[in-house]
Amino acid sequence: MATDARSEPLTRGRGFNAAAAVPWIGLSLVALLVVWLAINLVKTPADFVSIALEGITLGLVYGLIALGYSLVYGILELINFAHGDVFMLGSWISFSVMAQHLDLGPDSAGFTVIWGLALTALVAMVFCGLLNATIERIAYRPLRNAPRLAPLITAIGMSFILQDVGLNRLGPAPVSVPNILPTGTVFTIGGNNYRWSSLIVALSAIPVLILLVWLVQRTRQGRAMRATAQDQEAAAMMGINVNRTISFTFLLAGALAGVAGLLYALYSTNIQYDQGFTLGLIAFTAAVLGGIGNLPGAVLGAIIIGLIQQFNEGLSWHAPGSDWTQSIVFAILILILVFRPEGLLGERTPEGG
Amino acid sequence: MAETPLPDHRQPWYRRWAGIPGEWRRRWRGMDARQRFQTGLVLRVLLLVFLIWVSWPLALFVAALMVIQYGTPYLPRRLAPYSRFLTPTVVLIVVILYPLYFASLAPMNILGDYPILGTMVVMGVYAMMAVGLNIVVGYAGLLDLGYVAFYAMGAYTCAWFASVQFANHKFHFGAIGVGSNTPGIHISVWILLLLAGLLTALVGIVIGLPTLRLRGDYLAIVTLGFGEILPQVARNGDNLAGFNLTNGPNGITPIDPPGIGNLNFLTGSGSFWTSERLYFWGVLALVAITIFSSLRLRDSRLGRAWIAIREDETAAAAMGVPLMRTKTWAYATGAFFGGVAGAYFASFKQSTFPGDFSFNISAFILSMVILGGMGNVWGVVFGAGFLAFLNQQGLADIGHWINDTFGTNLDVPKYQFGIYGLIIVLTMLIRPEGLIPSARRKAELHEGVHDTPLYDARHDAA
Repeated sequence: MATDARSEPLTRGRGFNAAAAVPWIGLSLVALLVVWLAINLVKTPADFVSIALEGITLGLVYGLIALGYSLVYGILELINFAHGDVFMLGSWISFSVMAQHLDLGPDSAGFTVIWGLALTALVAMVFCGLLNATIERIAYRPLRNAPRLAPLITAIGMSFILQDVGLNRLGPAPVSVPNILPTGTVFTIGGNNYRWSSLIVALSAIPVLILLVWLVQRTRQGRAMRATAQDQEAAAMMGINVNRTISFTFLLAGALAGVAGLLYALYSTNIQYDQGFTLGLIAFTAAVLGGIGNLPGAVLGAIIIGLIQQFNEGLSWHAPGSDWTQSIVFAILILILVFRPEGLLGERTPEGG
Repeated sequence: MAETPLPDHRQPWYRRWAGIPGEWRRRWRGMDARQRFQTGLVLRVLLLVFLIWVSWPLALFVAALMVIQYGTPYLPRRLAPYSRFLTPTVVLIVVILYPLYFASLAPMNILGDYPILGTMVVMGVYAMMAVGLNIVVGYAGLLDLGYVAFYAMGAYTCAWFASVQFANHKFHFGAIGVGSNTPGIHISVWILLLLAGLLTALVGIVIGLPTLRLRGDYLAIVTLGFGEILPQVARNGDNLAGFNLTNGPNGITPIDPPGIGNLNFLTGSGSFWTSERLYFWGVLALVAITIFSSLRLRDSRLGRAWIAIREDETAAAAMGVPLMRTKTWAYATGAFFGGVAGAYFASFKQSTFPGDFSFNISAFILSMVILGGMGNVWGVVFGAGFLAFLNQQGLADIGHWINDTFGTNLDVPKYQFGIYGLIIVLTMLIRPEGLIPSARRKAELHEGVHDTPLYDARHDAA
């Protein structure tokens, strides 16, 4: 964590230097966190490992949402506030397709479940992708040359509209999703079961991530995206259709949110109309933690946030508990922005996928 | 740069699809000043006709304002300097007398009954908060998505020092209607309004200092984070290391009412000084003070520094405006009004619950500022009053009207937040300067602030 030259004070006076103390405060906070984790690991090693596994699973789901924020921020420098609610609607459409139209449930045969979920994932991806691209077309594109805050404000408005749609579709109470994935135990660590459903969710997030990396790194369209992110005007001069590239980015981000919606519905078996707001902010924090605009950073940040959330809710020694999860996530967000605004992996452009 | 209109096929979708309104827009563009004046007259008459259909007393009020607007140039020169006080005075008189005549007004078309006094108090409180937020968003151009934190801080300050929350301590100072043996801290609510404002301003500074270095959208997210953290602290605050600070989800209730002399706002006195009227006049006085301070602040050295920062931060810094200090002052001042409003609201509702302080409130206040017109105090007050009225009474009445007229069975309040979202999006797309814009802000939003000199932009005298 090297401090760059600009933060060095010009005059070296005597006495307390606030600017020089900032990295040390940050580091000592991280050290405190590590000590707390280490004490917990020593006290209850079995719990610690199983909680960590759950945390990674949750983190991978968050990662899919965080990537959507990161992709959009990388290309437009816009915090797409409505993204969390697109994810919520992804959960909703997955729920209505798989549980209401296809009648999947705990008793469905294995083959039915596989093609049913594949179909659901497809529907959710297409729906959320088109939804996100439409939002960009209607609400963000006309404001591309407006002051920076204008599209952010429309994004908040869009988030309200989508949340209201969710409220009218799902109702104010949480809706429980049937256990479609097998709930049997994969392995047991010190009395804690790791369930098949968690493993399947974690494993199905990974190919999506690999596909995304391939798309951004190896394809023509991905190259266009990276070029547009670097410099829109120059990209346009090189013959890239900037508008279409941005639309495609939104489509991609929406599709990821759709998959995340499906996986979240399967993982938590509980969906709610305002989950998009809460989880969207958590995922945004993850994206900032990893370095917004940086794709591996988003996944890394999401896994860290997932771990922190599960540790906070699960560990026994001096854990604040689930009442404080949101506060802790936001505190991390604020601390990161204050101490290391460029994030862990410290790049501003989504180059290097 | 700004006056070269795009060709039709390059216009954004809402203008290309607009059809007939698009035609109007093109005609307006082609008009000279005289034609625009005449068109303005015709449009105002049409508005009046519509308002007469909605409710004639409202139309009368608006007509009086229009007469003032068109009449001021014809005042004798000796009176001309006072003409700017004319509109505020008329509005103030009409509103002060509102409790005396509102019961005899017939219900409006579409919008239903005129707001009852309880609704008016809520509208006033929201107007104060919106004016406070307008200082941060409208003047200084810093997007604050966590304004509800200031509201919560004010409400809890009032609750701590004017209730039985800290029953181990006993301290009475000027509180009205509290028995002398009641435990807890009881300080006069008027003092608490000031205290709440100051404490909240302190919170604003504490939030602002580490975060104001961040760029606009990051700042928005950080304020949002604080706006989520503070209510959660309130929700979990019944056991902070064994100390009951906020009484958790059960909230703090009852909170003492304000009072003047022996006149208790909660019980009232006689048939004239009823409780509702007292609360209404109380909030009216606070709103008037808020508007006045906000207007004077805007024209002060500090206010001009805020606007300079909003228009071009780099240029402002080059001209010697201290960025951090000026922004922190914007935060503190905005927070101050939020705190006062929160304290008065808590005292009016006699309670404060953590559930009152969700992100929706922040966005609701923000949509008031945007709808009314960022940067223009009168617009913001109008936006706040209108949206708060819709929220309290109007939306349900509009729903009844729609269902009666079209024979549908819609539950309009269910679409409440969708409607607010729609208002935000449409305002930003179609009229980003708001319903009653500030001329300066309008120039910024339409011409962009990047390289357009604004030195000759007219300073709006609204």
